[in-house]
Amino acid sequence: MTESGVLIAFDDVTKQYEGGTAALDGLSLRVRRGEALAVLGPSGSGKSTLLNLIAGLDRPTSGTVTVDGVRVDRLSEAASAQYRRTRIGMVFQFFNLLDDLTVLDNVLLPAQLSGTARGPALKRGQELLEYLGVARHAKAFPGRLSGGERQRVAVARALMNRPPLLLADEPTGALDTASGQEVRRLLTELNRDGQTLLLVTHDLALAEACATRTISLVDGRLATGVAA
Amino acid sequence: MSGGLGRVVRSGVGRRRVQTVVMALTTLLAVTASVLAVGLLVASSAPFADAFERQHGAHLTAQFDAAKVTADQLAATRQADGVTEAAGPFPTVELAPTIVKSAQNVPVGIDLPAATIVGRPDLGTGLDRLELTAGRYATGPGEIVWAGSEAPFSVGDQLRYEDAPGAPTLTIVGLARSVGRTSAAWALPATVTALTPTGKGGFQMVYRLAKSATDADVTAGRNTIAATVPDGAMQGAASYLTVKFNTEKVAATFAPFVTAFGVLGLVMSVLIIGIVVSGAVGSATRRIGILKALGYSPVQVVRAYVMQALIPAAIGALIGVPLGNLAAVPILNDEGEAFGTGVHTVDWWVSVAVPLAALAAVALTAFVPALRAGRLRTVDALAVGRTPSLGRGRRARHVLGRLPLPRPMSLGLANPFTRPGRSATIAAAVALGALGVTFGVGLAMSVGAVQTALNKRTAGDVEVYAGRPPTPGEPKSGSVREPDLAAIEAAIRAQPGTGKYFASSYAEATVAGLTGTTEIVEFEGDSSWAAYEMIAGRWFAAPGEVVVPSAFLDAAGVKVGDTLTVSGNGRSTKVTIVGEALDLSSDGRRLIADARTFDGLDLPGTRGGKQFEILVKDGTDLAQYTKGLEAALGDNGHAEVNVAEISDTVVAMDTLAGTLTLMLVAVAGLGVLNTVVLDTRERVHELGVFKALGMGPRQTVAMVLTSVAGIGLVAGIVGVPAGIALHDWVLPRMATAAGTRFPQHIIEVYSPSVLTPLAFGGLVIALAGALLPAGWAARTSTARALRTE
Repeated sequence: MTESGVLIAFDDVTKQYEGGTAALDGLSLRVRRGEALAVLGPSGSGKSTLLNLIAGLDRPTSGTVTVDGVRVDRLSEAASAQYRRTRIGMVFQFFNLLDDLTVLDNVLLPAQLSGTARGPALKRGQELLEYLGVARHAKAFPGRLSGGERQRVAVARALMNRPPLLLADEPTGALDTASGQEVRRLLTELNRDGQTLLLVTHDLALAEACATRTISLVDGRLATGVAA
Repeated sequence: MSGGLGRVVRSGVGRRRVQTVVMALTTLLAVTASVLAVGLLVASSAPFADAFERQHGAHLTAQFDAAKVTADQLAATRQADGVTEAAGPFPTVELAPTIVKSAQNVPVGIDLPAATIVGRPDLGTGLDRLELTAGRYATGPGEIVWAGSEAPFSVGDQLRYEDAPGAPTLTIVGLARSVGRTSAAWALPATVTALTPTGKGGFQMVYRLAKSATDADVTAGRNTIAATVPDGAMQGAASYLTVKFNTEKVAATFAPFVTAFGVLGLVMSVLIIGIVVSGAVGSATRRIGILKALGYSPVQVVRAYVMQALIPAAIGALIGVPLGNLAAVPILNDEGEAFGTGVHTVDWWVSVAVPLAALAAVALTAFVPALRAGRLRTVDALAVGRTPSLGRGRRARHVLGRLPLPRPMSLGLANPFTRPGRSATIAAAVALGALGVTFGVGLAMSVGAVQTALNKRTAGDVEVYAGRPPTPGEPKSGSVREPDLAAIEAAIRAQPGTGKYFASSYAEATVAGLTGTTEIVEFEGDSSWAAYEMIAGRWFAAPGEVVVPSAFLDAAGVKVGDTLTVSGNGRSTKVTIVGEALDLSSDGRRLIADARTFDGLDLPGTRGGKQFEILVKDGTDLAQYTKGLEAALGDNGHAEVNVAEISDTVVAMDTLAGTLTLMLVAVAGLGVLNTVVLDTRERVHELGVFKALGMGPRQTVAMVLTSVAGIGLVAGIVGVPAGIALHDWVLPRMATAAGTRFPQHIIEVYSPSVLTPLAFGGLVIALAGALLPAGWAARTSTARALRTE
């Protein structure tokens, strides 16, 4: 059953890799719509695992993961892909833009994978590039852009299919200070406009600037004193 | 090789199992086909050459009329220009034997065609030595030795010569073999003299010539000898080249297409190994950097990568050599048996030279990318890792992205442009695969068409053979009653369901310009509906017109439209050649005509008696018809439903061509598989990004498949005409080797209905090769792919 206003529901989620300790250990968590949650924690604390489970890139060993009413932990490969196309957008530390596609082609990719008609997709892509201030680079290849610009393009791509949830994995991790600030500002604006955000980061400044709530993970569990 | 380097090589071979298997298989194909091809080319002439050397064979065997030349005059021909050695004169007589006693179920009382008996005191020690295959040589009167290949006789069989003085019965005491097939039988000279009717005797001389390599050389020698004896004394002369051609033609017929497959296999092998080793170097750039950082010299790196190609190639070659040898056995077997050399195999040096050449090609192919690996700067190798170079294929992705295709497909279609060199190489491999399929399919169709064409020689739905062989248990002594031909014809006419019919029989005659006798196929009745496959001209329509096989035209040096003089029983008649037929029987040395053509010659019948070909009316039940006719024929003959013949040679060709085609296709497919595996590994991070953005498993499979679909389609379209060209080049050479020509419809077998699926052959090969790695790509963990640098 979907709880009112809850977008992400983690219930007693454990993820154990073969031969290793638990990356997540009985984690329970709720993220409400419109929230911007920053997940902090040292390396190996389980942040990336949390992100992968929400994105449907991995499955928990036990427990349930529900996003926007969808039991992500039960999805088949095809359903996972469909889920990623429609319900989440992802922003990565190293942008993961395709270097041999133009900026616009990169942004259009999620819509094209969803089968959206070219006309509406183009209109939405151009609007996003405009909104994010990189429209002048639409025909350029990502390699010519600065780090901040590339991350803006990555955000545009993540938002292409109007996902209810934007996942960001160290979005400022590969950026210089100025570019990092630029991205922080952008994410803050997005959240202000109603976009639910889940940020996995080491960057306390990012968490302070963007997040409406912050949690810390230690050894796959919530650090004591933090509300789930 | 140092221990460290050995470990690097072993781990390289073990880690890249797909590439290792691909390299082993390509080399296996190349070596199998090449051993077979080279082996056939070399070994096709070996049994005859060996036997010719061992038996000191004669280049020319000449028959003389004893009434026109003396033994002394013939002895003097040893001194003729161009003669280096001679034996004879040996007395000869030509007589038709009647079976008196046979151990092999040959009906007693059957008259066999006339055959020459040569008088020799012994097997001989000089020119044209005879080799005994059973029994012993004749030591007294009443004993005869037969050529094992000439008739189904055994030692102890008895033959009566009705036409010889006193109609003596001779016992076969031995079977022998003459490499030049200089006679059908031998006996002591005194025995031959005793068998010779007055005025019917002859002499045989055998010669070695200074020049004997070509027909023209042997003919020149023959003419020189003929000029040294009285006019008309030389009745005929046979060249060893005719025997050589006939015995080598089966293997020689296989050689052109097997050679084509061998060359295809070798080129394919070089291409695939080039791709595999280049790919191995490309995907292990970081590893090479680490090896060099650890102190490996460029030479050691080159050696390591060349060895990684050579090890699987050597395994493939080791398996390919015995496979090639095994495939050659059935083809060369008949030839070996004909000369008593047993089961003939490929020469040992072929089994050594071919794999060594293949491995040298592999080493050379691997050396180029290995050298690139050796020359890589350590710092660059460590820095570059396995990320493909940027910039290539951008335009293609951009342009193809505008096509109204699902995005995964347009991404896939653009993929080959990022690695144009590799794509071109795999396109070439797929094109070779498509070429092989086109060639193999065409070959099978042409060979099938040849079989169908040859089967036209027995055109009837039902065949009736005059006479009846003795049934098991029936006494073999006494004469078989002559069949009543008129009664047979009456039975056929009276049988309900009979449509058209005609009779055919065999006789022998001499033809001016040809040595020895020529088989005559005589047709009685309307055979217009049962014409042989015509290569040129038309089927005979009236007495005086003859149809001949290609080999006849070549041997006699005549063409359609020419006139020939045919002689028999001291009389002759002129005939006109109106057509060239596809007919390989009797080595193509036959004349096919209306029986009335030879009415004036009264030619003696030869093998098999008379045969009737019957075309039944539409809707007639063949089994019922045949049963009814069989009953009506009684002891005069027996009827059989005509079952289309499939020759062993056709089956062997189809099997071999099919196997080689499949191997070629498999290797092309494996080449694609290997390339897609390499591509997928190199692009695994990109794949992770696509999947993170929502690319589903089907979309991933579609993207991977379309990455080779374009290549496959283009390569297939290129490969098909190339395959047709190869087929059209090989077929006439096979025909020449078989001693004929093929009509155009046998060569032009590629109809639109055949070409359409063939055009997609490359696409099918490419998709089949990419299917497995496409599945792997779809199953790749997105999280892991995203972590991969």
